[in-house]
Parts: sequence; C-alpha cells; structure tokens
Amino acid sequence: MAMTDSELATTSTLLDFQNVQLTYPNGTIALSGVDLTVKRGEFVTVVGPSGCGKSTLLRIASGLESSSEGISTVNTKRVGYVFQDATLLPWRNVRANVELLAELQWETQAVRREKAQKAIDLVGLTGFEKHLPRQLSGGMRMRTSLARSLTLDPELFLFDEPFGALDEITREYLNDELLKLFVEQQFAGLFITHSVSEAVYLSTKVMVMSGRPGRIVDTFDVPFPMPRDPDIRYTGEFAALVGEVSHALREGHGA
Amino acid sequence: MSTERVVNDGIDTAEATRDLMGAERQALEHHDTELEIAPTTAAAVPLKRRGSRGGIANWGPPVAVAVLIVGLWYFVGSVVLEPSKSYLLPPPHEVFAVYFNPKVAPDMYEALWNTAVVALGGLFIAIVLGIVWAVAMNQAKWIERSLYPYAVILQTIPILALVPLIGFWFGFDFAARVIVAILIALFPMVSNTLFGLQSVDAAQRELFTLQRSSRWIVLKKLQFPAALPAIFAGMRISAGLAVVGAIVGDFFFQRGTPGIGALISKYQARLNAEPLFAAIILASLFGVVVFWFFGWFGKRVVGKWYDFA
Ligand SMILES: Nc1ncnc2c1ncn2[C@@H]1O[C@H](COP(=O)(O)OP(=O)(O)OP(=O)(O)O)[C@@H](O)[C@H]1O
Ligand SMILES: [Mg+2]
Repeated sequence: MAMTDSELATTSTLLDFQNVQLTYPNGTIALSGVDLTVKRGEFVTVVGPSGCGKSTLLRIASGLESSSEGISTVNTKRVGYVFQDATLLPWRNVRANVELLAELQWETQAVRREKAQKAIDLVGLTGFEKHLPRQLSGGMRMRTSLARSLTLDPELFLFDEPFGALDEITREYLNDELLKLFVEQQFAGLFITHSVSEAVYLSTKVMVMSGRPGRIVDTFDVPFPMPRDPDIRYTGEFAALVGEVSHALREGHGA
Repeated sequence: MSTERVVNDGIDTAEATRDLMGAERQALEHHDTELEIAPTTAAAVPLKRRGSRGGIANWGPPVAVAVLIVGLWYFVGSVVLEPSKSYLLPPPHEVFAVYFNPKVAPDMYEALWNTAVVALGGLFIAIVLGIVWAVAMNQAKWIERSLYPYAVILQTIPILALVPLIGFWFGFDFAARVIVAILIALFPMVSNTLFGLQSVDAAQRELFTLQRSSRWIVLKKLQFPAALPAIFAGMRISAGLAVVGAIVGDFFFQRGTPGIGALISKYQARLNAEPLFAAIILASLFGVVVFWFFGWFGKRVVGKWYDFA
C-alpha cells in the first residue's frame, strides 16, 4: 500500500494479478500463473469447474490469503466481499446485520443508520428492517448480505457465487438487481459463478478458468450495452456467446 | 439511462415487494408475500417444539405419568412389600402430609432455603468461572491444550472422595459447601462455552477479519453471541448439578447452617421414612425448578433466533 490517496483515486486498474500462484500448506496448488485485471467500470466474471481455485482467487484479492508467487495489487481500500452464503448473524435483524461493517469501522450510530437504510432501500428490502434472518427467504438473505457490503461503498466488489444456492427465477431477478446497482454505484466487479449464462448476462468480460491448478484459459469481451435488457438472454447473439464460453470451459476442463 | 431513473426503479422494486403489486413479482417473491401476511409470528419458524396448542396437550402427559407413579407407589407399598417392611415405603399421602406437619415442615423449608443459597451461590461462581476459563482457552491453542485436561479431570475426579478433604481445608461450613457445588457444576459450563465459542462459522469470522477487527471485538460481537445457546444449555445442566453438589456437601458437612442434605442424612440415620421421602422429593423438585428456570431464561434470551429446546 505504497500509493498515496490521490494516486488511489486516479488509478483505473483496481485489481491487478500478475502470474499469481498459490500453493496451500498441504501442497495443493490452487492457482498457477493467473493474470487478471479489473478496471473501473468493468464487471469481470470468472467461470470454471468446481475446485479450480475461483474462491481462492477472491481470497487473495480480498487479502484473506496471500499469493505464494506473483504479484497481486489492489488499488483501493474499499473492497466489498459477498460470500457464497449470506453469512448473516442470526441474532441480528436485517438492519443490525447491514449496519455491522460500519459498526466494525467505528462509525457513529447516526452514520451507521443512514448508510444501512440507504443500502436496504437499494436492494429492495425496505419494510423488512426488523426481520431476523430466519424470517427471510434465501433470496432476501442474499440481498441483506449484498446490502451489508454496499454500506462500505466499495470501489471493488468481489462476489463468490452469491446466487449459486438460489432457484433460477430468484437468481435472474437478483441478477437484474445487481446490474442496476452496478450501473448506479459504479463499482468494479469481480464475480464468480458456475453458470455461463449468468456470467455472460452480468459482465463486461468473461474469463474462463481451467481445472486445478486454475489458470485463465480464455477471455471474452461481452459487447452488449449496459444497462442490460433482460430480454437479451433470448437473442441469438447471447446464445452464441454462451455457446463459445461453454465450449472454452469444456476444453479447459479437459486440458 | 440516468442515475435518477435507476433510483426510481429501486424504489419501485421495494414497493412492489411490499404492496404485492404485479402478479409476476408476486410469483417471483412468494416467500416475501407470506412474510408480509404474517410478518413476525410463525413465519419461517420450524414447526418442531412450538407448544402452540397449550392447555391439556402440554401438561396432560406429565400429569398422567405422575398419577401412574403415585398409583404404582401405593401398589408396591400395600401389596408387594411385606407388612413388616412397609415402613420402608410410606404411602404417598403420609409423605405429602409431612409438608404440612408443623413439627417437621418449617425445618425442612429452612433447610431447603439454605441449600438453595449454597446451590445458587455455587452455580453463579461456576458460571462466571466456566465462561472465563473457556474464553481463556479460546484465545490460543496452547492455552486450550494446557487447560483442557484439567477441565476434564474436574469431571472425572471422584468428587465424593474429595469432599471430606474439602471439609478439612475449608471448614465444614458454608464455604466448603459452595466449593463442592462449584466443583460439580463447573465442567458443563467450561465445555459448553468452549464448544459455543468455537462453533462460529469460518466465513462469519472472515467477515470480521476483513474489517481488521480485534480479537476482543470478534469475541464480543461474534463468538459470544453465537455461543449463547450453548452457554444456556450448559447453565441448565450446571444448575441441576449445583443443587446436587450443595446437597452432597451438606450430607458430609454437618457444621454450620444445615441444608436439606443434612436433614436427609439425619432422617436416614433414624429410619424416619416419611420425612426422608418428603425431603428427597423436595430437593429434586427444587432441582427441577432451577433447571426449568434456566430453560425459560435461555428461551427468553436466544429463543427468537435459536430453537432453544
Ligand atoms: N485451506 C485449504 N487448504 C488446502 N487446500 C485447499 C484449501 N482451500 C481450498 N483448497 C483446495 O484448493 C482448490 C481450490 O479451492 P477453491 O475453494 O478456490 O475452489 P473453487 O473453484 O472455489 O471451487 P467451487 O466452485 O467448488 O467453490 C481445491 O482443490 C481445494 O480442495
Ligand atoms: Mg468456491
């Protein structure tokens, strides 16, 4: 973190991985030679087979893990991280859960309240502030988790298969919500998913990872304009791109 | 598209969810709709163990069992036992009458009170000590490794053999009685609290790590609340054990204010069966009340978010 604040504010590359490799203490090589950048205004999605190191990638980006080799640079202090599970604290209601991160940053009660309310409104949970997590559906829990990260006002947003456990309909609905947030909040996104169509629909760039040890084997730019029209999913161009990505995924898996 | 438009969309979504407008939305978010109909009541609460029927369904079965036991008691006392031995099992109504016998009952209630003071004092100290012990072990693996064996020894040591020693060391009075209660009640508090503290989900922990939260904050805002159900379960077990401990101590230590254990030992020596049974039943009922109280208390504190059985 040698950068000054003004440098931080002007760099457009928020996340930069160069030849990143990670070997877990037990000898498992999770990532090998990963090059990846996420710039301001980009929404990058990584697809790859299970166990190829996608979560590991995010853990390095967030600082939970550090790479064994290579250079990983994060040019912002405001990083949001949405885990695969909602990871809400079951004894806190929606509002208190959303306030948590601001609370851990020692913000005052008034500031916490305001940030939380704004985030709750953004994810469409207004009116559910006093509900406990157990009283929410899976989709609403995920939205609460999203709101919690939004209170950090992140410049770089990391998502680890946040909608993987949800049904198709809720997932598509939340995809639209997320895209709306992306356009509005202007964060840079790094999104992990198993679903190729989710990847293509959400992102400006799709990266395909090979099986373990994970490498980036292919990169696709997604040409469709933002904000996305939900009906784009049913166009031939969309289907063609999904086909290409799926093909690369299968090849990477085989390799 | 302008930012403003998007904000409006956001609000529309929120309202659509709440007002159940649009059949499509409703279908999408049918979970939400259910919630809206019953926002704080039974929504999403698992069906098990919610005694919502109340009344006879709740207290009927235990009362039926009580009737059965009393019936069996009469039967054994009057039919099974030889008449020459029937003094060993006095009939229930005679035992029950002891509670109203002005020559015996006041002593018994006073003794129960003394036992209660010892048990609750011991329990309180065991709770505090157990939690502190577990928190200390939770701070580092090496502390856990050094201290856990001694918590286990607490559980396995033959307390009865130790009790006379405690009497010699601490006098045969109040302090010694409390110490016996603590020794017996401590282990469940230590092990349950430790289990609770360590049951925290790894991802939840990482949430705090990402905010660079201190150990103390993680303990206060994550581990301790997460451990509460286990702590209350421990308290409930320890409460019953503290009562047993107080009575055991009393049984051995005859000096100082006698508790119900001292009475039991006196009635035993004199083969005074009616008050003996009355005292034993009273002591167990007290244990039940303390156990029940901590169950209720636990439910009050964590029942909203945890199915505290
Ligand atoms: N702490 C760890 N120690 C050792 N090996 C690990 C550890 N965490 C993950 N691994 C291994 O590293 C590899 C990559 O794990 P990772 O969780 O990043 O996969 P993933 O791509 O996220 O998988 P999934 O899609 O199933 O979530 C896996 O083979 C896993 O077994
Ligand atoms: Mg993963």
